[in-house]
Amino acid sequence: MKTSEQVLSDLQAAMPGVKISLLANPSPSAQHSLLVAAEDALRVAAYLRDQLGYDYCSNVTGVDWLDKETTEKMKTSRTVLKQVDGVEQSVEETVEETVKRIEPGYLEAVYHLFSMKHGPTDPHPPLVIRMRTGNRGDAVELPSLTPVWRSAEFQEREIFDLYGIVFRGHRDLRRLLMWDEFEDHPMRRDYMDPDDYEYEPTPHDEVLKRADQQRLQAVQGGAQ
Amino acid sequence: MSDLAIRSYLPPVIEVESQDELLEVAMGPHHPSTHGVFRMDVALDGERVVRLKPVFGYLHRNHEKIAEKTTYLASMPYTDRLDYFCSMTNNWAYALAVEKLAGIEVPERAEYLRVITAELTRIQNHASAIGFLLQEMGASGTPLMYAFREREKILDLFESLSGSRMMCNYMRFGGCRVDLPADWLDAAKLVVAGLPRFIDEIEALLTSNEILMARSQGVGILKPDLAVNAGVTGVMLRATGVNYDLRKVDHYGIYDRFSFRVPLGEHGDIYDRYMLRVLEMRESVKILEQAIPQLPDGPILDPKSKPRGFRPKPGEAYGRIEAPKGELGFYLISDGTGNPYRYRVRPPSLINLTILEDMCLGQNVADVVLIFGSVDIVLGEVDR
Repeated sequence: MKTSEQVLSDLQAAMPGVKISLLANPSPSAQHSLLVAAEDALRVAAYLRDQLGYDYCSNVTGVDWLDKETTEKMKTSRTVLKQVDGVEQSVEETVEETVKRIEPGYLEAVYHLFSMKHGPTDPHPPLVIRMRTGNRGDAVELPSLTPVWRSAEFQEREIFDLYGIVFRGHRDLRRLLMWDEFEDHPMRRDYMDPDDYEYEPTPHDEVLKRADQQRLQAVQGGAQ
Repeated sequence: MSDLAIRSYLPPVIEVESQDELLEVAMGPHHPSTHGVFRMDVALDGERVVRLKPVFGYLHRNHEKIAEKTTYLASMPYTDRLDYFCSMTNNWAYALAVEKLAGIEVPERAEYLRVITAELTRIQNHASAIGFLLQEMGASGTPLMYAFREREKILDLFESLSGSRMMCNYMRFGGCRVDLPADWLDAAKLVVAGLPRFIDEIEALLTSNEILMARSQGVGILKPDLAVNAGVTGVMLRATGVNYDLRKVDHYGIYDRFSFRVPLGEHGDIYDRYMLRVLEMRESVKILEQAIPQLPDGPILDPKSKPRGFRPKPGEAYGRIEAPKGELGFYLISDGTGNPYRYRVRPPSLINLTILEDMCLGQNVADVVLIFGSVDIVLGEVDR
C-alpha cells in the first residue's frame, strides 16, 4: 500500500483543486494523517475506497480542540510626559504589552482506514483522514462518510451524541449512547457534569403551599 | 455531490402489505438473550421481521472521558471492564497502543506471556460464546455448563497469575506486571492438554446435532462485501470467507513464530460462526502447545519503561489486536502531559452490530435471538 504522502499526491493528481494537506505526527508511531476539506471529503472517500483499495474503515472518532488563547508580548513605543530634572518633558518610551489572541477551536472527525483486500499480502499502517468543523458552536456540520463506509454508521452517531458534530447525509442520525432528551455533549473538553443527573423539579413546595391554603380554608369554613 | 455515484451498502427494505398491520415489539432490555442491557425495537409482520433498530446505552459510563481524566496507567485496570470476558486481550490492545505512541520495546518473555494469556482468553471466550448461543437456542444448561467448566480452569490459571479471575489488570506498557508463579506452567500444560478433549466433546454434542443444524444453517446470512464495508471483524467476518486475521495481517507481537491456520467459512450463516469458533479454539490450542515449551527466561518488563510518571511525547497512535470478538483498537492522542488528550476504544462488539438489522430482516422473530447471540457481543464494550 502507499504511504500517506503518495496517497496525497495521487489524490491531487486525480482531483485537481482538491483541498487536502498532510499533518505530520511526531510520535514514534509515525501515523501521519490527511486533512481533508469538508466539501471534498465525500469524493475523496469514494476515491480512496474504489480506486486505492481502502475498503475497510476501521475506527471513526471525534476529537475536541478547545479555543487556544495565545499571549504575545509586543513592544510598542509611545511618548509620555515625564518629570525630568524638575521640568516636564515628553519622552519616548518602549513599553511591553501582552496581547491576547484567541484562536478558535474546532471539532475533528478522524477516520482510520485499512485495506482488507491488500492487507493480508501487504501489511500497512492505517491511512488517517481528518475533517474539521468551522468552530465549536454553530458551524459543526460535516459530511457523513457512511454512504462510503457503512462501518461509520454507529460511530458517527456516537460522535454526534458525545461531541455534537452534525453529519450531513447520515441516514439515521440520532443519539447512540445518551438518552434522547439529553442536551449536552459529554465528551467535549469543557463539559461540566451536572451535580445531579436525575434532578427533576418536583412540585414539592407548591404542593405544601396548596395544602396549607386548603387547611386554612377548612379551618375558616369550620368557623363559619 | 449529486454528480457522484457512490455505491452504498444499505439494509434492504422489506415490502409489507399494510403498515397498519405491523406489530411493534421491544425485545429487551428484559429479554433473557439481551442480558438486561440491550434493546431491539422490532416491527413484525406476522412472524417476519420487517424493521429492527438496536438501542444502546444502558451500560454507558463514558469510559473514554474517565480515561482522559486520569493517567495512562490508571486506565489499565479499567480496560478490564470493557469486554469483561477477555480482560487479557483488552490489556494487550491498550498496552500495544501506548507502546506505539511512546516507542516502547517489549521483552521476549513478556511477548510469550501475552500470547499465552491471550490465546487462553480466546479459548474461554469462544467456548462461552458457543454455550450462550446454544442457551439461546433452547439447550438450557448443558453446553453452557460444559463451556463454563473449562472456562473455570482457565480463569483459575489467570487468578493464580494475576490475582483476579476476570479483572486481570495484567499487562503494562513494555511488558507484563508479574512473572509466573512456581508451577504455573505445569498447571497450564495440564489445562491445555485437556482442551482438545473438551473441544471433541463439544463437537460430539453439537456439530452434527440436527436441531442446531436446522436452526442455524442458512439463517442470519451475511455477505462478504457488506461485511467488509460495514467494518465487521473477527469470527463474524471470517465466517463470510474473508481472510482477515490481524494476527496474520499486522504481525503484532510474536505470532509469526507459531504455525497456525486461519479457519474461514463459506456461507456466513450462524452455523459457520459456530464452526469457526470451534476451529479457532483448536488453532489456539496449537499456538499454546508451541508457545508454552518455548517460553524463554528473562525480564518481563522493559527496564527503561516508567509506568508511573509516564509522559509520552506529543503525537498520536492507533494500535489494534485481534481480540476474540474482532478488531479491538485503541486510538490515543498525547499532548505531552500525564493524561491522554484523547483516548478512544474501537469496540468490535458495537461495530459488529451495525449489520444486525441487515441479517435479521425477513427472518422469523425467533431467529433474531439466535442471530444476535451468534454475533457474540459483551455490552460492557458496546456501551462503554
